[in-house]
This record gives sequence, structure tokens and C-alpha cells, in this order.
Amino acid sequence: MDAELDKPGPDAPLLELRGIVKQFPGCLANDHVDLTIRKGEIHALLGENGAGKSTLVKIIYGVMKPDAGRILWNGQPAVIASPAQARALGIGMVFQHFSLFEALTVAENVALGLNSARQREGLERRIAEISARYGLPLAPERTVHDLSVGERQRIEIVRCLLQNPKLLIMDEPTSVLTPQEAQKLFVTLRRLRAEGCSILYISHKLEEVRALCETATIMRLGRVVAQCAPAEKSARELAELMIAAKLKEPDHNAKPAPAGPPRLVVNRLTIRSSQPFGTDLKDISFSVAGGEIFGIAGIAGNGQSELMDALSGETPAGSPANILLDGAPVGLERPAARRRRGGCFLPEERNGHGAVGPMTLAENGFLSAHVRGALQRFGLINARRTREFAARVIHAFDVRATGPQAEARSLSGGNLQKFLVGREVLQKPGVLVISQPTWGVDAGAAAAIYEALARLAATGTAIVLISQDLDEILLLCDRIAVIAAGRLSPAMPVQEASLETIGLLMGGAPEAQQDAAHALPA
Amino acid sequence: MSAAYITSFAISIVAASTPLLLAASGELVAEKSGVLNLGVEGMMLVGAIAGFATAHQTGSALLGIGAAALAGVALAMIFAALSLSLLANQVACGLALTIFGKGFAALLGAGYVGIAGPVLHPIALPLLSRIPLLGPVLFNQNILIYFSFVMVALIAWFLNRTHAGLILRAIGDNHDAAHAMGYPVIRIRYAAVAFGGAMAGIAGAYLSLFYSPLWSQDLTAGRGWIALALVVFSTWRPVWLLVGAYLFGGITFLALYLQGMGFSVPSPLISALPYAATVVVLVLISRDARRIRLNQPACLGKYFHAIA
Repeated sequence: MDAELDKPGPDAPLLELRGIVKQFPGCLANDHVDLTIRKGEIHALLGENGAGKSTLVKIIYGVMKPDAGRILWNGQPAVIASPAQARALGIGMVFQHFSLFEALTVAENVALGLNSARQREGLERRIAEISARYGLPLAPERTVHDLSVGERQRIEIVRCLLQNPKLLIMDEPTSVLTPQEAQKLFVTLRRLRAEGCSILYISHKLEEVRALCETATIMRLGRVVAQCAPAEKSARELAELMIAAKLKEPDHNAKPAPAGPPRLVVNRLTIRSSQPFGTDLKDISFSVAGGEIFGIAGIAGNGQSELMDALSGETPAGSPANILLDGAPVGLERPAARRRRGGCFLPEERNGHGAVGPMTLAENGFLSAHVRGALQRFGLINARRTREFAARVIHAFDVRATGPQAEARSLSGGNLQKFLVGREVLQKPGVLVISQPTWGVDAGAAAAIYEALARLAATGTAIVLISQDLDEILLLCDRIAVIAAGRLSPAMPVQEASLETIGLLMGGAPEAQQDAAHALPA
Repeated sequence: MSAAYITSFAISIVAASTPLLLAASGELVAEKSGVLNLGVEGMMLVGAIAGFATAHQTGSALLGIGAAALAGVALAMIFAALSLSLLANQVACGLALTIFGKGFAALLGAGYVGIAGPVLHPIALPLLSRIPLLGPVLFNQNILIYFSFVMVALIAWFLNRTHAGLILRAIGDNHDAAHAMGYPVIRIRYAAVAFGGAMAGIAGAYLSLFYSPLWSQDLTAGRGWIALALVVFSTWRPVWLLVGAYLFGGITFLALYLQGMGFSVPSPLISALPYAATVVVLVLISRDARRIRLNQPACLGKYFHAIA
């Protein structure tokens, strides 16, 4: 950092952080972090989950107070004690998990982000103006919970833009968008930059950062480890800076198509969602052979959780023949019965669905593995075998925990996920259905999970991978299909799937459905 | 059936519905901010005795109402301190508040059982009160009955038309987001709970200064619980609270007046009818999941702990 930058004036950077420290119990989230954002630049903040990006951003936006360090705004020392103060300075923020009020209308949500009554005058008209100017179509009178994720994001952006921000903070904005929606967002962001607005862009999607951002600050374990121009680095180099380890080249040679009878067949599965705003499953058919990894891509909320529940048996299908597990009709069977036949299932939500937080790892292991792991005796828990099973998972998957007696909730997201994946994998399932296995998991744990899944498939297990992370699906899967609005596209081999086709299918475009159908060998 | 009979029926309904409406409209505001205070019954009882005792000592029923509101607020603040500041479970705190309120009111009221106190007198509105049928029912009533109507209108306006009301609803819908935007979640919830306490206290005073008008130990007879049910019944909309309270009041008296007209209705059935009707209506209401999702505060009863 150059001390000369300290001077106020037209050349001073817009925002400068010096030596920001934030300590949480048991974790130094920010360790003397420096960050400089110039006027009119898109600045990337890169890092794994837990690198301290979110904490830093919350400090900039006044949600948290730093324990030490200085903040300079236009070269002048500034104290940002609250989000209202941040907004008054000209800092706007679009959150990763949108801070929207579902029961309120678009206009009401926007109004809540504006501090003074004067700003709220003629709001509906101004929302319309801004959305037209930046290509962000929105209807002010609609209720948020009826809107798609992309539309929700637009509300947040419009809310920020109404205040003519000088700095716009975007926390992982594209993690919920289709590739096409993301492209539209980039157009909007570039226009904002052209108008002199700086953008702090938080992401771990490297290609995106390379295309969009002039400068990148890379964080690891609470510290800034590098600052660079991302366009001059390869995505690989950036990733290595982020995780500080040489990445293994993904082994993606075209494997021979697995032969043999399908182990999981889903046949015209149609289920009405039990949730009031859930997605109904419509006429879903696919089959997965032993040794194959079948990917189901799609944007959140298009029927993934309903499909997961139907496959695991939490929701019964219409008739037994809708789902065949190794040839046996199991459509009406409950999860335990399906597990007995060789099915293993791991839902998306770790806390409360995949695992019971306040219970120990051993108990959590028992909950899923008592049938296949033979952890019960005369209907009672076999404590010794249960403990051993958990210990085996912990050892095999390098789970950082104090032992089988550790509470599940005491583990970090990545460690708990490794334990849960290990719990299912060690049961040697014939069919494994797994949803979002690396959501919110650091790159190291994700790599371990990928390896485990690939190895499991090699032993002849049929794996269904439901994920919103396209990179993950393209990396692991042999064939993929896309779920949109409760319908599943025809499956295609991963080599023939272009990002564009997948993106269109994710948006539910009918022509893409047909294209995919044509791409299939008859 | 004479006009006088119908008028007296209608007046009875208004009289029986008002305490429910008062207590429920306060609770509605608290719940809209995301706080479930099950202590309504306790706050009503303490309000009732505070109001009665104050009115008895000073001779002024109006001062009694003021004292009742303050007593309700005081009790509500105990609940708020426990559940909002110390993060105790809201359901448990609310239940404890009711039990505490019952006992505390009985203790305070030991010397006031069976004696007469000042009573709220009807205030006839000029001209309006002379409208046949409607006049005596709606425009020749005591001040708290007018107050209950005004409050429903005010609350509906506040919640749906003002920015402060919008903030209150936003906090009930998503307290984390509201906090992230810089709204003082806890402070606003304190205010909403205090308002709920004041309204419950006033509802209690209505019972001890007009409806009974006496102090007795179990004066509220479960009305606090009915008020809580009415908030759900209304799916958190003030206007429907009015409908619910009057429906309940109506059913309470319908059976009595039917009996008066010569139909024989077994008396246990009469006593059970309003409660049974509440259960049936609640079940019917909860079938419309969308409306509940839109109006029920999503953060109702949840802990809020801000990390700063």
C-alpha cells in the first residue's frame, strides 16, 4: 500500500481500508486487511468460504464494527457505524442471501432501503425509470414471494441505484442466476462503471471475475494474500492463490459409457408439491446405470427438493412403478425400506435435514446407517458398532472433529458435509442420490467429496447428483439433464452439452428442450 | 320479536366483543413485529385490578383506564426483557406471564373483592345516538367502545399506510434483513410489545369498570386466550379482527337470546359454543395457506440475536 494515497483530493481512491481486524470467538475473521478501491473500477474480492470476505464487506457496510483499523472515504477518515451511515456516504449493497421481505411488495421493499421521506416521494415512478434505464424490468406492486430469484436480485439492485451510490457492493451476485441472466447483469454493471460508479464484486467464480473486473484482491484465512489484475492471470493461477495449493488436474477422460442394466429408473414421475409455493414435478423420467454419475442441473426452486424427497421416499410417488431400484418397484416405499434395498440419500440442507445439529456424529451416523451398517441389535442401538462406524467415517474422510462424540453442529460446514457424504459412501450403496454436496463448502473439502463420489461410481454405484453448480456437474457427471419448472429435459452426454444449451434449458426455454431432444441419439 | 329485543341483543354483542377486540388489536401489533406474547390473559387481569383499584381510590374511571394501560405495559416489559433482551423462549415467557399475572392480580385485588367502584358511563353522541336501532347500539356507548373502533382503524392505517408501520411489518417478516438494513429490531419490538400490553390492560379495565363492573379473581375468564386466537383467525389483518371479535361475541349471546325466545338449548352447549366455533373457524382459515403465508409474520416467535 502506498502511503501517498492518503491525501484527499480528486486522485484519492474512493475507499481505502487500512489494517482492518475483526476477531470472533475462536476465529480471526479479518487479520490486518488492506483494501483500496479506485473510482469507477470493478474490484473483485476473491476467496474461499470462510476467507473473511463477508466479514470485511459487513464492516464496509456498517453492519459490523472492526476491532481495529481505519477506513478512508475519498481520502478522508470515516466511521461507518450503521448501514444508514454507509448509505448516506453513497455505499449500496446487494446481499448474497437477499435481504428481502417476502410478504411485502416490490415497492415496499425498495422503500425500506431509503432513509428519508423525501427519497420516497414518487417511488413507483422512479422504480420504473431506473428499471428501464438499466434494463432491470420490475413490477412495483407485485409481492416478492411470487418472484423468481433473478427478479429478486433486481429489486436489490434497483434499491441501491435509487440512492445514486458511488460504491456498489455485490456479494456473489451470479450464484443464483442462469448464465444468460448473469450476462445481462454484467451489461448493467459495466454501464454503471461507465457512469463512474465503483463496484466491489465478491465471487469465487474465476472466469466471471477475469471477464469483468480490473483489479482483484484475494483473501485467504482472513488475510489479503495477493492483489492483481485478474485478466492477466489464468483462472487456475487465481484459484491457486485462493486455496494456496496446486490444484490437481481434473481427470476427465471420456470414460466408456457404463453398460449393464440401469440400477435406478424413474418412470413418468408426477407429484404435486406439498409445499404451498413448491414446484410440482411433471412427468419426470430418467435412468442411471451402475458406475454412472447422472447430473441434474437447474436453478434453485425448480423442483430439485421435491425430486430429492421423491427419490429418497420422504414423499411417496403416485404408484410403485414410478421408481425402480435395482428393478424393484419402490415408488410407495418409505426411506428405510429403500435404504434396505441399497439406496442412500443425502439432501441439500445439512443442518436439520441431513444431520441433527445437537446430536453427536455417532448418533447422526446411526440415523442413516443403522440398516446398511447393521448398527442395531435386537432393535436397540449397538453403541460400540455405532461409534466405530462414525470413527471410520471420520478417519476415511479426514473430518476435523474431536471424535465420534462431537456434536454435529460444532463442525464447520465443510467438515460436516465430508462426514455426511462419508456416512453414505461407506454404506456402499447401490444407488446414491445426493443434492448440492458442496454448497457452502471450501475448495479442499469439495475436492475430497468429488474424489469420493468418483471412486464410489467406479465400484459400480449409480449416482444421481442434483446441483446448481454447473462446474461441478460438468466435472463429475457422465450424463446430465436440466430441471426447470418441475420438468426434466432429456438427458445428454456431458461432452455434447454446451454451456449455452444448459443455460437455455435452465431458463425453461422450450426451443432448448427441443434442441436437447435432437441432440440425443435416436 | 320486538325491536327492543333486537337492540338489546346487539348491545350485548357489542359489550361482549369489545374486550376481545381491544386485547386482540394490541396483540396483533406485537405479533406483526414478530413477537408472540401469550401473556395477554395475565396482562388483562393485572390491568383490570390496577384500573379498578385506581378508579376506586380516585373516584375517576378514566384515571383507572390510564392506570390499567400502565400496568399492562409494566407487565409486558417483564416479558420483553426476558424474551427480547435475554432471549428466553417466547412461548414459555408468555405462559409464565399469564400465570404470574393471575396470581399477582389476585394478590393486589384481595381487598377489592365484591365492592362496587366507579363505572364507565355511556356517552351519547349528538344526533347519531337517536338513529333508531343503530343509534343506541353504536352511538350511545362508553368511551372504550368508541376507542376500540378508533384503534382498529388506526392500527389498519398505521400498518398499511405509514412508513413506520411498514418497518414494523418488515421486522416481523425478516428480522435479519431488517437488521442488516439498519433498523433497530429489538427497540421496535419493545415498543410493539408495550403497545400490546397497554391494550390488554385497557381491555382488563373495560371488564372491571364497565362489563362486570366489579373485581373478581377470574374476571377475564379466558378472554385473553380468545383474543390470541382471534389474531390468528384474522390472519393478522385488523379489519378481520373486528369481524372475528363480533362473530365470537355474537355467538356467545345468540344461544342465550335463542333461549330467551323459547328455544331450548342445553346450557353446557351454550357455554361451549363460542369456543367450538373458534376452533372450527380457525381450522377453516388455516386451509388458505397462501393468505396465511402472506400475512403471518414469518419471524413470529423466533429468536433474534444480532452480532455486531
